[in-house]
Amino acid sequence: MTLSNGFIRRYGVIFGLAGIIIFFAIESPNYFFTPSNFILISKQSSINILLALGEMFVILTAGIDLSVGAIAGLVGAVAAGTIVATGNLFLGLIAGIGIGIAFGLINGVIVAFAKVPAFIATLATMSAITGITLIYTQGEPIWNLPSSFDFIGQGNLADIPFSIILMALAFVAAWIVLEKTKYGRHIYAVGGNIKASRAAGIKISAVLVSVYAISGLLSAIGGIVLASRLGTAEPTAGSGYELDAIAAVVLGGTSLFGGEGWVVGTIIGGYIIAVLNNGMTIMNISAYYQEVVKGLVILLAVMLTSFGKKYWNE
Amino acid sequence: MEILRVENIKKSFSGVSVLKNINLSIKSGELHAIVGENGAGKSTLMKIIAGELEPDSGKIYLNGKEVQFHSPLDAINSGIALIHQEFSLVPQLTVYENIFLGREISKSFLGIDFIDRKAMKKEAQNVLKTFGIENIPVNSKIKDLSVANKQLTEIAKALSTNSKILIMDEPTAALTLRETEKLFSILTNLKSNGVTIIFISHRLEEIFQIADSVTILRNGELIATKQINEVSMEEIVSMMIGKSMSNRFPPKPSKKIGDKFFEVRNISSDAFKGINFSLRRGEILGIAGLVGCGNTQVGESIYGLRKFDGEIYFEGKKINISKPTDAIENGIFLVPEDRHDLGLVLQLSVKENHSLPNLDLFSKLGFVSTSTEKKSVKDTIAYLNTKVSSINQIVENLSGGNQQKVVLGKWLVRSPKVLILDEPTRGIDVGAKFEIYKFIYEQSSKGVGIILISSELAEVLNLSDRILVMSEGRITGELDPQNATQEDILRLAVKGKES
Repeated sequence: MTLSNGFIRRYGVIFGLAGIIIFFAIESPNYFFTPSNFILISKQSSINILLALGEMFVILTAGIDLSVGAIAGLVGAVAAGTIVATGNLFLGLIAGIGIGIAFGLINGVIVAFAKVPAFIATLATMSAITGITLIYTQGEPIWNLPSSFDFIGQGNLADIPFSIILMALAFVAAWIVLEKTKYGRHIYAVGGNIKASRAAGIKISAVLVSVYAISGLLSAIGGIVLASRLGTAEPTAGSGYELDAIAAVVLGGTSLFGGEGWVVGTIIGGYIIAVLNNGMTIMNISAYYQEVVKGLVILLAVMLTSFGKKYWNE
Repeated sequence: MEILRVENIKKSFSGVSVLKNINLSIKSGELHAIVGENGAGKSTLMKIIAGELEPDSGKIYLNGKEVQFHSPLDAINSGIALIHQEFSLVPQLTVYENIFLGREISKSFLGIDFIDRKAMKKEAQNVLKTFGIENIPVNSKIKDLSVANKQLTEIAKALSTNSKILIMDEPTAALTLRETEKLFSILTNLKSNGVTIIFISHRLEEIFQIADSVTILRNGELIATKQINEVSMEEIVSMMIGKSMSNRFPPKPSKKIGDKFFEVRNISSDAFKGINFSLRRGEILGIAGLVGCGNTQVGESIYGLRKFDGEIYFEGKKINISKPTDAIENGIFLVPEDRHDLGLVLQLSVKENHSLPNLDLFSKLGFVSTSTEKKSVKDTIAYLNTKVSSINQIVENLSGGNQQKVVLGKWLVRSPKVLILDEPTRGIDVGAKFEIYKFIYEQSSKGVGIILISSELAEVLNLSDRILVMSEGRITGELDPQNATQEDILRLAVKGKES
């Protein structure tokens, strides 16, 4: 039996994360390699991983969702605005999550029925949603949020930060859906070969619309955690999050051509980004240089995966 | 005088021998036709001559000198150009831009090479004029041209590189009769200009119309090379088919053919017109025809993959089929012609492909029951004798025959009533073919109605209980395989080309 390229895709990334952790552990054993720092890293990665899990559903169908950051920003603002206006926390959460799913559905309908390529469709909605957020907030942050709202992004449940619990729940749910359900199989099949899937009787448009809705839902949860952690809803809070989400998915070994990917990989991809940010900050590397290093690491990881694939196939 | 000779060429793909010791000689300035059934090795041989493939062993001599081609460019530089059925033109560019693609004429200004469109247009017009291909507008974009004009552009592109040998792979397959005549007059003109033409074709009439000599290939062997005036069409057909085919097919089962339960009434689309036929339980109905005759489209339409007008009756009721689910619900399944495109998700496993249309049977409340699923996959694999390392093996790594068995197997779970098999044995080895024939017999003995779409004449003739032949999108005749020959099928398959 030959090693399949699935093996490289799956386990290569684990070695990558381990390597980065070992490097920082040697450089900074006292600050970096401590339990409390790992909890901090998990907390820091939770928002990105929530978005990345949603992004992964879309990428598995060979699509892409550039609007996840914009949706997160709008949802944070709408949730905060509703809470401030009504004083009702749950109303705010429901409004926020509803908005997230609604924009996800819009993305899905544009891609599945209007047949606009996902990149263009979500680039357009990203721009529109960013604008809507600025109109809604009049460009001003929303303050004076009740302390009950802070719990989501800042509170602990049995000593574990609540945002980490949310991330873990999303991970388990995504894993079950993708690995154990009929619907999950259909997602992989549609991404792998849309024509053969149609010929097998799979409802393609239903699958496409739903993955964008899931991405919208997870972006909404991420947006709420973000607003809660900051304690205010910043109109531009979500900007740039889409790139980290896509990076986490790709680092995790999911193919941008669809049909191949592993939920655990996406989590590890998210952790690689968070560990890099955290470790470099501890080492006092300027934020400017951090971006450069992050870019190079992503490039290196993806190149290693594709070289590794070639090597094992020969 | 001989211009090209190949000696002892051998080629195999993953252990399957495709060309067995081919010796071929082509005379300068002749039009040499290459004929053979699908899988005979015609295209492989041409690709080797044109440098697209390297032979495992053997030699190629051009004008008496040995040559070795490691890329198509090597062959082009030696004056050999291959024109594929799928064109290698850039649709968004114009005719003249395509003719000079990669060899753009430029003029230097201040040390910078600027593209010289005027010179390119003029030169393109010259090339076209020299060979009598004058009515192609050099400024048109390729995407706006007819298939025939695209082909002529491709020929002009080859000639502009000073090709002395032009190889054409089924150039008339997509042309109308008038376009074919035009192409032939241009080819005759090329010949008188000293160009040698090697021409692959399925249409024997054409060969008698235009070729000087013909080479017949069968199963990777060169059977004969003949001057066209010393051979008859019947002789060519029998050389193409070969005599020894007694053990290529399993013994015919004794079976009962039941009632008419499936009927197609007057269905039409852009690929076929006015198709009528009925199918009985346990019957194997062959639909034969040349590539492009529309039989594939008929099969895909009945399965709901294409739009069509007309009616389909199933078990006494009119049924409406507009998408694959409609067919699946009625027990009507398709094994498609191109299994990579329509039949499989290549990067998924045997198990996942098997389950793709069957997850409803294997799941409760949306959750897949792995034990039911595993059992079903394993039973099917055992029944079809599919060779896999495990049910989790990725189907991309299976042989063609085993991939086809995965495609067939996924429908078995749902107890088919009508099985549409489109070229079920294309590109698979003889052993697996035999097993698939056995499978077809077993299913028909169980009462499944089988529509066998195939361009392999021996297959249709041996397996079918009844044969329909299609040409140009219409049914041109019905044959009883008991007293029909391959020549009868071929005759009906080229009928209607004139209209």
